[in-house]
Amino acid sequence: MRLERRHETSRAALVLAPVGAVAFTMAVSALLVLWAGAPVGRTYALLLQGGFGSVFAWSETLTRAIPLILTGLAATVAFKARLFNIGAEGQLFAGALAAVAVGGMHGGTGFELAPWVLFPLMMLAATVAGALLLLGPALMKNKLGVDEVVTTLLINFIVLLGVSALLDGPMKDPAAMGWPQSVSLQSDLELGKLVAQTRVHTGLLWAVSLAVMVWAIFKYTVLGFDIRAMGANARAAAFAGVPVTRTVVMVALLSGALAGLAGAIEVAGRTSYVTLDMSPGYGYTGIVIAMLAGLHPLGVIAAGVFVAGVLVGADTMSRAVGVPTYIADVIVAASLIAVLVATLLTQYRVRMK
Amino acid sequence: MTDLLDILANPAFWVAVLRIATPLILGTLGVLLCERAGVLNLGIEGIMVAGAFTGWLAVYAGAPLWAGVAVAALTGMVFGLLHAFLTVGLALSQHVSGLGITLLATALSYFGYRVSFPKVNTPPTITPFAPMEWLPMPILNAQTALTLFALLLVPAIGWVLYRTPLGLALRMVGENPQAAESQGVSVAATRTGAIVAGSALMGVAGSFLTLSAFNAFFFNMVNGRGWICVALVVFASWRPGKALLGALLFAFFDALQLRLQQSGDAVLPYQIYLMLPYLLSILALVLVARKASYPQALMKPYRKGER
Repeated sequence: MRLERRHETSRAALVLAPVGAVAFTMAVSALLVLWAGAPVGRTYALLLQGGFGSVFAWSETLTRAIPLILTGLAATVAFKARLFNIGAEGQLFAGALAAVAVGGMHGGTGFELAPWVLFPLMMLAATVAGALLLLGPALMKNKLGVDEVVTTLLINFIVLLGVSALLDGPMKDPAAMGWPQSVSLQSDLELGKLVAQTRVHTGLLWAVSLAVMVWAIFKYTVLGFDIRAMGANARAAAFAGVPVTRTVVMVALLSGALAGLAGAIEVAGRTSYVTLDMSPGYGYTGIVIAMLAGLHPLGVIAAGVFVAGVLVGADTMSRAVGVPTYIADVIVAASLIAVLVATLLTQYRVRMK
Repeated sequence: MTDLLDILANPAFWVAVLRIATPLILGTLGVLLCERAGVLNLGIEGIMVAGAFTGWLAVYAGAPLWAGVAVAALTGMVFGLLHAFLTVGLALSQHVSGLGITLLATALSYFGYRVSFPKVNTPPTITPFAPMEWLPMPILNAQTALTLFALLLVPAIGWVLYRTPLGLALRMVGENPQAAESQGVSVAATRTGAIVAGSALMGVAGSFLTLSAFNAFFFNMVNGRGWICVALVVFASWRPGKALLGALLFAFFDALQLRLQQSGDAVLPYQIYLMLPYLLSILALVLVARKASYPQALMKPYRKGER
């Protein structure tokens, strides 16, 4: 088997590749539905209906999409520069914790700030927390050659244990009946609802604007150019005068900040406090979303909404026909692999000999 | 301080060290084989979950324990083949392929568990491996045969790597695939073989958890052990002997933190002790990074005729 580079790749192929790959994955996953003893057609219909079939379904899907778009953007920024940030999960928790520390802990200290001052401070704290968490691994990679995948992964475990310790101790809400749960955010810091009677909050506008911002950075700024150059070929980029260390630092700060914001926006928009289960692996799913989107910031919005729909729909479907919700995770993970292969086939043709 | 001495003087402590080390030894050897051939395998975390699940399921369904281990190895091989197809055949990013396999293998295992046991709350159990009480050696006679297997595998893999033509081919493919190809060694076949064999060991590492250390399958039971194996290989500078040492050292601190946690006078929150293994891994990575002699072709896809 041998790969030959194609001379040109059509735009249509680039868009159709992920769509085809996902369709292929759904077809193969039908075997799992059969294994679970459910009718395939009805199961998938329920899945789609649960994710996209009603105003309520859409509101739930969009709510779920908010952190996914943000962690997807975090992965996109980093992966584009070949900084494999697998630590978005930890950065998300760090951001959430920082947000609560700023927006929920000052009550009774006599240190009162107006919400319009406190809100930006809270978001800033979250971005700083997320960014700092990635800066270490990025510099260790750049200066010492320590593989960032392993360090960012290990830091996720450390952060989660740290969060757990804080939720048992200093940040525990005394009113939480013994549950490990942080104090709540001041209510005037919470994000407003986008649609009344649903859970969709204005965090969606944040997520979409940040996607556009990242897209603009890639397309119109020197930093964006440097990031793309480094991603294409780090050595050539350095040779051509791209400030590699500075770019790595900027990428780490930007990527970590986006993941940190994901945590803060979850807290401000949905939960209002931090718990250990506030994220069912949004950081990891963000990687898949970035890949599904072909590392395109605007594609991340579509991929985020799609994956959120599958996850939300799986809950409804599971209740109706009893197929375990884990099928959503299988579909998401298998889609990642299928999209990788499909994208490769748009660039190479396979010759058998 | 006397507490610490008490802990160290207790044979039960060293039994625990060896037990904790076993899956790390197996997993680290698995990663080592892949990386020596030039391929990073981040699928390990998921492959361990899948091995733990399928090995346990086979035994639960009535297969003998060793057949369960074989099933776990086979599961690892299947995911290894997928990783080899993606990274060797298609030359895709080794990072992303490995992560994809981890997510897929984990999700499939959890799905399979839920389909097989839809309504249970307490996980069903099996009769796990018994300790080798007949062995005339203390500490080791409290372990199961899988631990002995892991220990014997260390010199075996060392011998294959450094004393056989196969090992030479494997190392060459990881250092300089062009040179290997010009010597008539098939890079693709050697890498695929190494990934499949390494992934089989990862599957067995997972099965140790369900068939020996515990007697049931739990969600999140692998809990980052796979990632620690990836760190340990760097710590071991890709040498089997040092991999054993690293795994034992690591297990030593892990067992120690467990005891300190239980000894009651722990001053710090228990989570701080649980962080130690991960902090230690990062520290090890940083300390060894400068002099680490990575296999030169690690993470570099090889396409015949392309440079």
